[in-house]
Amino acid sequence: MAMDTTQETPSDWDYSPAPEKTKVLIETKNKLFIDGKFVSPKSRSWFATINPATEEKLADIACAGKADVNAAVLAAKKALPKWSKCGGAVRAKYLYRIARRIQERSRELAILETMDGGKPIKESRDIDLPLVAQHFFYYAGWADKLEYAFPGRAITPVGVCAQIIPWNFPLLMAAWKLAPALACGNTCILKPAETTPLTALRLAEIIEEVGLPEGVVNIVTGAGDTGRLLADHKAVNKVAFTGSTEVGKLLMRSTAGTGKKLTLELGGKSANIIFADAAIDQAVEGIVSGIYFNQGHVCCAGSRLFVEESILDEVVQKLKHRLRSLRVGDPLDKNTDLGAINSQAQLDIVQRYVRIAVDEGAQLHEVHQERLPTKGYWCHPCFFTDVQPSHTIAREEIFGPVLSVMTFRTPQEAISRANNSPYGLAAGVWTDKGSKIFEIAKELDAGIVWCNTYNKFDAASPFGGFKESGFGREGGLQGLRPYVQLKNKSGGQL
Amino acid sequence: MRKPVDTVMVEQRATSFTRRSIKTASKEQGLRLALSMIDLTTLEGKDSPEKVRSLCAKAILPWEGDIKPLLPSVAAICVYPSLVRIAKRALEGSTVAIASVATGFPSGQYPLDVRIEDVTEAVKAGADEIDMVINRGAFLSGSFDEVANEIICFREACGKAHLKIILETGELETLENVRAASELAIRAAALAGPIQDGEVFIKTSTGKISPAATMPVTLVMLDVIAEYFEETGIRIGMKPAGGIRTAKQALHYLVMVKETLGNAWLHKSLFRFGASSLTNDVLRQLVRQQTGQYTASYDFSEA
Amino acid sequence: MARLTVPKTYKLYIGGKFPRTESGRSIAVENLKGETMAHICHGSRKDFRDAVEAADKAFPLWSGITGYLRGQILYRMAEMLESRREEFAGAIQVTQDVTIAMARNEVDASVDRLVRFAGWTDKYQQVIGCANPVSGSYYNFTVPQPQGVVVAIAPNTPSLLGLVTCIGAPLCSGNTVIAIGSDDHPMATAIFGEVCQTSDVPAGAINLITGSRHELIEHIASHRQVAGVYAANVSKKHRTAIEEGVADSVKRVRCVTIDDDAWHDNARVASPWEIEPFVEMKTIWHPSSC
Repeated sequence: MAMDTTQETPSDWDYSPAPEKTKVLIETKNKLFIDGKFVSPKSRSWFATINPATEEKLADIACAGKADVNAAVLAAKKALPKWSKCGGAVRAKYLYRIARRIQERSRELAILETMDGGKPIKESRDIDLPLVAQHFFYYAGWADKLEYAFPGRAITPVGVCAQIIPWNFPLLMAAWKLAPALACGNTCILKPAETTPLTALRLAEIIEEVGLPEGVVNIVTGAGDTGRLLADHKAVNKVAFTGSTEVGKLLMRSTAGTGKKLTLELGGKSANIIFADAAIDQAVEGIVSGIYFNQGHVCCAGSRLFVEESILDEVVQKLKHRLRSLRVGDPLDKNTDLGAINSQAQLDIVQRYVRIAVDEGAQLHEVHQERLPTKGYWCHPCFFTDVQPSHTIAREEIFGPVLSVMTFRTPQEAISRANNSPYGLAAGVWTDKGSKIFEIAKELDAGIVWCNTYNKFDAASPFGGFKESGFGREGGLQGLRPYVQLKNKSGGQL
Repeated sequence: MRKPVDTVMVEQRATSFTRRSIKTASKEQGLRLALSMIDLTTLEGKDSPEKVRSLCAKAILPWEGDIKPLLPSVAAICVYPSLVRIAKRALEGSTVAIASVATGFPSGQYPLDVRIEDVTEAVKAGADEIDMVINRGAFLSGSFDEVANEIICFREACGKAHLKIILETGELETLENVRAASELAIRAAALAGPIQDGEVFIKTSTGKISPAATMPVTLVMLDVIAEYFEETGIRIGMKPAGGIRTAKQALHYLVMVKETLGNAWLHKSLFRFGASSLTNDVLRQLVRQQTGQYTASYDFSEA
Repeated sequence: MARLTVPKTYKLYIGGKFPRTESGRSIAVENLKGETMAHICHGSRKDFRDAVEAADKAFPLWSGITGYLRGQILYRMAEMLESRREEFAGAIQVTQDVTIAMARNEVDASVDRLVRFAGWTDKYQQVIGCANPVSGSYYNFTVPQPQGVVVAIAPNTPSLLGLVTCIGAPLCSGNTVIAIGSDDHPMATAIFGEVCQTSDVPAGAINLITGSRHELIEHIASHRQVAGVYAANVSKKHRTAIEEGVADSVKRVRCVTIDDDAWHDNARVASPWEIEPFVEMKTIWHPSSC
C-alpha cells in the first residue's frame, strides 16, 4: 500500500495557461458604416489596427476623410425627422433589440475588445460587456418616458450628434454615447478611437441586424483628423467627447459661437482617501481596483492615494503583498489581471512618468514578473511612496498602472489636498464612520464619490466630472439631459 | 480594538477567486493537493466502531483503482472522542492523523471542567489534534475574557496535540465578529504557550448548522492569519469545514489561500478541509482528468 | 377518421406550479355559440390562501433582486407573450365577440405594456424618490420600497391587457402579486401562467386565480398578510366591501375605473403614479460631519 509522498513539502502550485479558445473572425478590410451600409472610404485611405499584446496586425480599417464624414453627417440629418417622430415606444424596442443581441454576442464582442485594446478577457467578459448591455437596456426604458424625466416641458431631440470616444472602454463608451442619444430621438455619427475600432464596427453589424432605420447610427473610423472634421461639420447639432482634457479644450474653442451643444468627459487624477478607521483590508482591495483595473487606463482611476499617516506602514505593506497576486500577461488568458498597455505611445508616456517620479525623489515599489511576453506593450503595476503634492506624478494624469501614495493627518487636510487639482472626476473615501462619509463626500470637488468602494459603474448612475474633468453626465436620469431640448409648453426655448 | 470589515468588498474579493480558471496540469495538481488536505469526518450520534473503521480505511486509501502517480492519503480523520481508540488502531502505520472534536462539541454548553476533561480524555486516547468550539454565548454577550481564558485552558489540556479552534461563524453572523473572534482565538492560544507553525488552527464551523464555511468568512480569517504572520512570523493554520462538497469549491479555496497567504500555506500542515462527501467528488475529477471519462457515483466507495 | 385530440386541462398558477383548485370545482367556458370549449378552475378561498403564502415566501427574493434584473424578467415575459400571439388572440376570441384583428391588437398592446413596465423597474425610483434638503447637517433620502404581497383584481375586459397592466405596476417595484383574472373571459388568465413560468419569474412572484371574484373579495380584503389591493373596474358593492374589509389590517388600496380605450394609454395606466401606490416611502436621515 504505497502512498504518494509528494505532499511532504509546501506546494509550488500555480495556474496553467487558460486561454480563451473561441475564435473570432475579423474582416481584413473594415469599411465605414454610413446610411445603413458598409462602404469603402472615398478617401481611399486605410490604416492598421494591431493587437497590443502581440503587435500583430488584426485588420485594415477605413480612414474617413472629409467626403466620408460629410456623407455620414448628411445621412444622420436625413434620418432625423422620421426617427425623432416615430415615438418613444418604437425607439425603445429598437434599443431593447440591440441590448438582446449584445447579450447573445457577448463572448465574441469581449474577445474582440481584448484583442483590439489589450484589456484582460476577464474584464471585457465580466465587466465591460454586461455594462454595455445594461446601458442599452436602461436607456431603452427611458425612450417612452421622457415626460417624467422633464415634467412640464415640451421635449425634442437636439438633433444630429457627433460622438467621439476613447480607446480604454471602446464598446462601453459607444454604448454610453449611443443609447441615451437614440432614446431621445437623436441620430448619431460615432467616431471610435484610432487604436480600437473593431467592436464599434461589430456593433454596426448588430445595428444592421435589428433593422435600425438607415442613417440613425453612422460609424466613421479614423484618427484625430476624422474627429476634428466631424466636430467641425456645420450640420452637427451636438458634440459629445470623451478623451483627454487637452482635446476637450480644443473642442470648446472650435465649437465656440456655433450654437452646437457640447458635453465633455475628460481626464482625472482622482483621490482615494483612506482613514485609520476604515476596513483596511477591504480598502486595500479598493486601492487595487481603483488604479490597476484596466491597467489604469481609466479616466476616474484612483491614482492619488491619500493615507492617514497613522496607518501608512500597514497600508503600504498590505498593498505590496496584494500586488504579488496580480497576474500580468496574455490578455486572452482567463487568469490575467492586467493586460497590455493599449499602444506604444501610451507605454512611452507611462514609462516617462515613472522616470520623472524617480528623478524627483519618489520611492518606487514594483513587483517583478518573470513571465512577460517578448512582443507587445507591457507595464508592471507599481506604486510610489515619498510622493509630495508638488511632484509631477502627483499632479498629471499618467493613465497607467502607477499609483502615487501621499499622506494626511486630518479630514480637512485630506479634503484640501484632494481638491487641489484642476481635475475633479472621481474620488474614493474609506472610513467606517457614516457621518464622515457624508461630510467628506459633500466637500470633495468630484462628480462621483465612491464611499467604501471604487470603480463601480451602472447605467442608472450618473457619471461625469467637475472642473477640468469635463461637464455633462452619462448614465441615470441626468444622462438624458444632454440629448434633449426643453421648451416650455407654449414654445419658448429653455 | 474592534476592526471594521466591509462585507460587500469582502464578497467581491471572495467572488474574484472563483473566477480563476484552473485547468489541465494545475487542475490535477490542485485536486491532489485538496485530497491530501481533507479531514475525513464522521460526527453523528449513530457513529459506531465499524463506521469509524470503514472511514479510516477510506482515509488511508481513498480509491483502489489504477491511477498514476498514486493518490495521497487524506490528512486526518475527525471523530468524536469515544471513537478515538478505535481509529488509532485502524490507522496504525499510516500517515493519517487523528483529529478529535472535544469541549462539548458542537454546542459547547457544558461546565468548563467537563469540557476540559473532554479534551484530556481525547488526547489520552490518542488524538493528534483537537477540534474545540469557542464559547459563542460568552462571545456574543461580550464576555471576551471568559472566551479567551477557556481557550488557554483547552490548549494547556492539549499537551502536544495540535489545537483547532472552531469559531462557529454561522452563529457569529457578522464578518466583524468573525474577525474579532479570529484575533481573540489566536492571541489567547499564544498566551497558553509559544506556537510553532501549524500547532494552532482557526476553523470556521462545526458543520452542524447552516451556514457553515463560506468563501467570505474564510477570507476574513485568512486576512487575520496574514496579519498575525506579518507581526510575529508565526503561521497559524486554517480549516474551513462544512458545506464544501465539490472539487470545484475546493479549488476555489486553494486559489484563495494561494492569493492571500501564499504557497507556504498550501500544505496539510497549515490548511485542511473539514469534509466528507468532498473526497469522492475530488476523486471523480481526478479520474476524469486521467481517463477523460465521466464517472458514476457508484465508481467510488462510500466512506 | 379524424384524429382524436388531447384536450388541455387548465389549472391555477400558484408558487411556480400548476395545481388544481383544492375545491375540486371547475367552470365550463362556453364560446359564443354556446359550445363548451374548456374547463377552468373555480378558485376557492383556500387556493387564495395558498397563493398568499407562496407570494409571501417569494417576496424576499423578488424584492431583493436588482431593478435591472426585474426589468429583464418582465422583458422576457414580453418576448414569450409575443411568441404566443396567435394562441392568446384565439383565447380572447373564445368568449369575446371581437375580430381576430382586434384580438391580436389586444395581445400586441399587452406585449408592449410588459415592455413599458420592464423599462420602469430601474427608473421609477429616480422619479418618485429624492434627496430632501432638510435644515440641518443631515443627508436625507426618500427611497421607495415595495410593500409585500399585492392582490390585483383584473377587469373583466380587456381580459389580457387589463391583467398584464394590473400585475405590471406592483411587480415593477418588487411586490409579489396574486391576480384574480376576468370572470367573464378567463381564458387568457388560464394560460398566462405559462408565460410567467417560461420567463424566469421566480416561483410565487406571480400567482393567477381564475373563477369567481365574488367569493374571494371578503378574503382578499381581510387576509392580514396581504399588503395592498389593486382593483380595476370592480362593482360599487365590491369596492365598498374591499375598502371596509381592509380597515382591519390598514392595507393600501387603489380602486380605478378605466374604460376600454384608456387601457391602451400608457400615460393613464402605466406611469410611475401607478407604481407609487404600491411602494412605501422610506426616509433615511444621517448626520454629516467630521
